[in-house]
Amino acid sequence: MADIPHDASATVPPAELEEMELYHAHSWWTKYVFSQDAKVIAVQYAVTALVIGFVALVLSWLIRLQLGFPGLVEFIDADRYYQIITMHGMIMVVYLLTALFLGGFGNYLIPLMVGARDMVFPYANMLSFWLYFVAVMLLVISFFVPGGPTGAGWTLYPPQAILSNTPGQQWGIMLMLVSLIVFIIGFTMGGLNYTVTVLQARARGMTLMRLPLTIWGIFVATVMALLAFPALFVAAVMMLFDKYLGTSFFMPTLIEMGEQLSYGGGSPILFQHLFWFFGHPEVYIVALPAFGIVSDLISTHARRNIFGYRMMVWAIVGIGVLSFVVWAHHMYVSGMNPYFGFFFATTTLIIAVPTAIKVYNWVLTLWQGDIHFNPPMLFALGFIVTFVNGGLSGLFLGNVVVDVPLSDTMFVVAHFHMVMGVAPILVIFGAIYHWYPKVTGRMLGDAMAKFHFWVTFLGAYLIFFPMHYLGLMGLPRRYFETEGIMIMPESGHSLNAFISIMAFIVGFAQLVFVFNLIWSLRHGRPSGPNPWRATTLEWQTPTTPPPHGNWGDHLPNVYRWAYDYSVPGAKEDFIPQNEPGSVTKGDPA
Amino acid sequence: MSDPAVTPSREPTARLPGWRGIAADWSSDQRSFKTASWGKVMMWVFLLSDTFIFGCFLLSYMTARMSTTVTWPNASEVFSLEIAGHHMPLLLIAIMTFVLITSSGTMAMAVNYGYRRDRKKTAILMLLTAAFGAMFVGMQAFEWSKLISEGVRPWENPFGAQQFGAIFFMITGFHGTHVTIGVIFLLIVARKVWRGDFDTGRPGFFTARKGRYEIVEITGLYWHFVDLVWVFIFAFFYLW
Repeated sequence: MADIPHDASATVPPAELEEMELYHAHSWWTKYVFSQDAKVIAVQYAVTALVIGFVALVLSWLIRLQLGFPGLVEFIDADRYYQIITMHGMIMVVYLLTALFLGGFGNYLIPLMVGARDMVFPYANMLSFWLYFVAVMLLVISFFVPGGPTGAGWTLYPPQAILSNTPGQQWGIMLMLVSLIVFIIGFTMGGLNYTVTVLQARARGMTLMRLPLTIWGIFVATVMALLAFPALFVAAVMMLFDKYLGTSFFMPTLIEMGEQLSYGGGSPILFQHLFWFFGHPEVYIVALPAFGIVSDLISTHARRNIFGYRMMVWAIVGIGVLSFVVWAHHMYVSGMNPYFGFFFATTTLIIAVPTAIKVYNWVLTLWQGDIHFNPPMLFALGFIVTFVNGGLSGLFLGNVVVDVPLSDTMFVVAHFHMVMGVAPILVIFGAIYHWYPKVTGRMLGDAMAKFHFWVTFLGAYLIFFPMHYLGLMGLPRRYFETEGIMIMPESGHSLNAFISIMAFIVGFAQLVFVFNLIWSLRHGRPSGPNPWRATTLEWQTPTTPPPHGNWGDHLPNVYRWAYDYSVPGAKEDFIPQNEPGSVTKGDPA
Repeated sequence: MSDPAVTPSREPTARLPGWRGIAADWSSDQRSFKTASWGKVMMWVFLLSDTFIFGCFLLSYMTARMSTTVTWPNASEVFSLEIAGHHMPLLLIAIMTFVLITSSGTMAMAVNYGYRRDRKKTAILMLLTAAFGAMFVGMQAFEWSKLISEGVRPWENPFGAQQFGAIFFMITGFHGTHVTIGVIFLLIVARKVWRGDFDTGRPGFFTARKGRYEIVEITGLYWHFVDLVWVFIFAFFYLW
């Protein structure tokens, strides 16, 4: 099955780098708390992200409680409702998905998969996590300050975000903006680490075109994040000035409560441009690691080499580049020049080409594969289906004339929850089921995992599919009450109640996952070093879980690409990347 | 044995020139930039990211300037000095620019002496660079206080559009912060050079690893970048 470009080599080039100097922990504090080991930092990132993600999950229940059963809970008034949707969105997108994919999986997998002992700058890596932790804490604090968190919507559009009647004016908006700034500084420290480790610290024989696609996805997403977060940073700084120094970057001349405010001459659309210059790449910062991880899960669990590896790599790079020139498709109704809409619709639809290449290649990888329906595979398959479904509604929204009536309806909510909510979350689950054995040395409970998958996967469809209909009906999003809206028939209200009940069920099913994570830590079946019989380097470590320094005395040498599954004539159905090829194949070395 | 850049085992074979060389490096194993150390690559990637920050600031400034309906003040009038009865437009800014560009020259010399392991000259030139940087920040403080005394504030501006004041304080403030951080960075590295830390192998910055003379060059990269940003601010804010 190995075609010519992926021929294994028998030797590796000479070492260019000397052994990396490792920082050795001296105490419990430096080993587990202020750790400089990328694997510990990865677990810290992942646990923090999952905990704050659970907060956001509970917030989504409160949203559904209000939409499905309005007035049932007195606590949720209009102001709190806006605070809840704001925090739900912001936490899920930035503090859960970005942090978990890049900080969690990135930290754990990059050094192991490229064959390094650790990240190149362990100290900066540690600071990165602790700044992230501070950013999360600032968000948590904002729930308890007078006035509560900001209710500006996760996009924080001015002028509404800083006008006095938006909830969270006393503290919430400041804490949100400062938290984002701290997050970006912390992420930059981590991001520099991930980038330089992939570029400059690979094992002997590990060329870029032998990297597992997981690393390609995380690497390109990190580079994108380093270029996209600056726009959000600048927007946050300028909005802080507008709010606390009285500048008018984003604030036009306004009349509030019959009085003219001192603002004047600013441009709210400027904020939208800055925000979406970050916001659209952000979608792919979340999606690209998911693409990469899914490619590896599918190849491993279907025992088949990935179809069109080079195309997959270039598709990732192409999506990364294109995602920087599509941002204004979020702004068709903002009042910008309509000719812009034409340009951005074109670029948006062009992204469908590399994305389609990826989907076809996944399907062709599965074609005639020996598919094992274990939890990682189930979640990977669930991802492909969900991503295609979510992507198709993106074709509607990418076109200006179709988007204008659908803009700010539940259709948009359904679309982005499918494509960048449910789909990446499914990958996160699949990846946790896949790599948990490497992190802990024990397997996660299989029955619980399958239950978790089916409830989550089917439940997610029952939640978000009906939402498309509500959107097509014209039901606006972000509305506190839908009671008395003329376009909303009685059946629409029943549909809303149904969606809410499904959301509660899916939410509770996540407790099974959490229980599984904790229970298997002690009681899981011991996994051995390579339970999935996978080829990539992280499964070839001398001990499991890998110790500080990963590789024991000798760094691994890489002789082949990451996808030698079911090679004809091989004695097993997988050949690890660190197994030398035969000399007869005409290796230049 | 900490030094990934200057390992003796580096391949002695000459690298291919031009695009073929780039293709060869990127399709090779271990490192994509064959002659750059980890620290240097990190600084370049960081500067790329920082470029986007200043790019966003400058683009926001241009947007605000184009969309405001109030007249934009004439920069060369606002930033003029009266000296001995002579009206000198942009005099202070010209001196500031001159000082900062001179500091880039001294920085380049420091890097050169750093590679020759000339501790004293490297440290003195770095201190000189830091002094020029501090002088720049001092003149900026003078400029700020002059404008503040004339009534320019982030939220208002007697010469015209209020965004003028806001953007002036924000962009020069952000750039000045960069210069200040650079000065602190220079002083710390100069002290390490002077003490001979890089000859004895004491730990470097933010790490338990041994420090190297290369940190002088990495500091230099940052310093030249800050200079370059100033050239753009000078062109777009003061001259336009």
